[in-house]
Amino acid sequence: MMIVAGQSQSAYFLEEELPSTERSHTLSVLVDNEPGVLARVVGLFSGRGYNIESLTVSEIEHASHMSRITIVTTGRPPVISQIMHQLGRLVPVHKVINLTWAGDALERELALVKVAGKGEIRDEALRLAQAFNARIVDATLDSYVFEITGAPADIDRFVGLMKECGLVELARTGLAALARGKAGI
Amino acid sequence: MTRQMTGAEMVIQTLIDQGVDTIFGYPGSAVLPIFDELIQQDEVRHVLVRHEQGAGHAAEGYARSTGKVGVVLVTSGPAIANMVTALADARADSIPMVCITGQVPTTLIGTDAFQEADTVGITRPCTKHNWLVRRIEDLPGILHEAFRIATTGRPGPVLVDIPKNIQFQTGTYENRKDKALTQYRPAVKAPDAAIREAVELMAAAKKPILYTGGGVINAGPKAVALLRDLVQMTGFPITSTLMGLGAYPASGKNWLGMLGMHGTFEANLAMHDCDVMVCIGARFDDRITGRIDAFSPNSKKIHIDIDPSSINKTVMVDLPMVGDVGHVIEDLISAWTAREPVRDMAALAAWWKQIDAWRAKKCMTYRPSTEAIMPQYAIERLHALTKGGDTYITTEVGQHQMWVAQYYGFEEPNRLMTSGGLGTMGYGLPAAIGTQLAHPGALVINVAGDASIQMNIRELSTAVQHNAPVKTFILNNRHLGMVRQWQTLFHGNRLSNSVADAQPDFVRLAEAYGAVGIRCSRPSELDDAIEEMIRIDRPVLFDCRVVNLAHCFPMVPAGGAHNEMLLGADEENEMVGGGADKVLA
Repeated sequence: MMIVAGQSQSAYFLEEELPSTERSHTLSVLVDNEPGVLARVVGLFSGRGYNIESLTVSEIEHASHMSRITIVTTGRPPVISQIMHQLGRLVPVHKVINLTWAGDALERELALVKVAGKGEIRDEALRLAQAFNARIVDATLDSYVFEITGAPADIDRFVGLMKECGLVELARTGLAALARGKAGI
Repeated sequence: MTRQMTGAEMVIQTLIDQGVDTIFGYPGSAVLPIFDELIQQDEVRHVLVRHEQGAGHAAEGYARSTGKVGVVLVTSGPAIANMVTALADARADSIPMVCITGQVPTTLIGTDAFQEADTVGITRPCTKHNWLVRRIEDLPGILHEAFRIATTGRPGPVLVDIPKNIQFQTGTYENRKDKALTQYRPAVKAPDAAIREAVELMAAAKKPILYTGGGVINAGPKAVALLRDLVQMTGFPITSTLMGLGAYPASGKNWLGMLGMHGTFEANLAMHDCDVMVCIGARFDDRITGRIDAFSPNSKKIHIDIDPSSINKTVMVDLPMVGDVGHVIEDLISAWTAREPVRDMAALAAWWKQIDAWRAKKCMTYRPSTEAIMPQYAIERLHALTKGGDTYITTEVGQHQMWVAQYYGFEEPNRLMTSGGLGTMGYGLPAAIGTQLAHPGALVINVAGDASIQMNIRELSTAVQHNAPVKTFILNNRHLGMVRQWQTLFHGNRLSNSVADAQPDFVRLAEAYGAVGIRCSRPSELDDAIEEMIRIDRPVLFDCRVVNLAHCFPMVPAGGAHNEMLLGADEENEMVGGGADKVLA
């Protein structure tokens, strides 16, 4: 399902038969990069009682001042559909795509994970980091900072293991996502 | 053609290029450069109000009675805080409005300067779109885009916040009327396949109904004419929301009256029992649907709306059609005519027979009185004595508003200005002033309650100053009537803070403002008093003393289903209180 500003947005053609269970959806929103656009999107979610699990925003085309906002939200299909139409109503929004409905989208997140410890526990942290393809971006005699990129579930697993290996703190970027294949939005 | 001018001049030039002849506002420090330009020209008239909220509602009345955009001009800080109610009201009822505000200079933004407020932040959820202008180069494009966005698609309020230093700066102005600045482009026509499917559904209907709303009126006179053609062509019964009254004439034979919480017995039961519902420019508001899971359980629903987010928001429909109501009805009529459908006329006749049986219930009957004025009687007389003329009605919010919807038969669109979605007490008087200034020769009556009228009573001074001879007809029952009704029905008759103690003397109040006061408390004198009010070519406050404890029926209690209505006859019940004929001493 895709909502494009200015196109006949008849739900008649867009709304598909959808499973009715509540699940998490990844929405990709192309917007004009102008002051307040993020506030409009976030305000819409809080004002109408929708949930945001993850939100990332960054400029993707400097010349045309376009940004991509990637939002992970949860709901039953009618609620997700309503969220998409409400987003489509905002003036600076060009397109809204539901990557979850579009198929098996690529979803990646980056995390920085700081662990501290000595001896056996420090060796174990290093071995696990290698197993997860995490890079060492900082090291002292009694600490590491790992950088890991992957699907959010992989990062969850890595962070879960690091809790046993002296996890000190954690920073995650939130989701970047694209549909597979050659087509762009 | 481009010209060099200051930001303040650009504002005035944009108004002229957009064909705006009247704006409503209030000056203040951050907007003085624009007011200085305003007084040096005579193409745009400025109407000084007494409070910024009044400017907003006046612009709404102006917009809704003309189909044009309403424009307001106010300063920063407290002014925009006062304007929020009117913006939210215009957003809820899809009223086209452009709000231009002054802001502290860009160098002071963020410093908690005098009369600084985060205007775009405060108004973001209650406007269709808004801008803070940061560069003089952007100003002409933004100003013209504000008008395009406010008036196209689903109309709404748009705000442009202009810092004072930008009002003084000089830049290049170009008339960018109708030139798009953003990619905003609402869809207008529904797909042909949807049109064909709608015609099939409508042609096969055995128990059809048209449920229309304010979107039909917003779509303009042509859409209204097409709706009437559609009713004529299909023979379908038609009901409407509060905002849609007048699109189909109340005297038309297919008219069922308003639907919803205070709708008629026949409209609500027809909605409940229909097999095909065509919703046109309405949005399944909770005051319309009652309990969602019991709402019209056996119907196929077609929904025509220009706003895709209105579709499947609360009620799931079978055939959504996104587009301008006028275009979609036009396409429906052509497709229907081409199709020449064969219909089950026996079933349709049986449906009308059922509707006539519901009509025979005469749900609008109330207990008459020769001693005291019943509020319903007052509206019936007001209608009888003003119909046929060039009359516009505005209302405040409460029982009187519903009695107007029930007992004042609207024959034409744009004749009722009322706050539907937001339910703003205090809307009616300033809206009446805006309406009157748009229609100088017309009779404009604000039907009010004794509580509502006091919310923006100061605008009586505006009416006097600008020679707007608006008539305010107060149904004075010495209570917050609708609050009192809910307390009586649903809160054990405990009248918590709903009795109007220390009510002003409305006749002397009118005189203090330089208006005319009239009081009437006897049914036998009512007609003469109303005629006197109509004759007076000055603002009038009419204190119509009505019985204090009348209920507004029929009523679907909140959370009830359409077939669970309280009717006027129930007023005999002990529970409803036996005080309906209790008269103010």
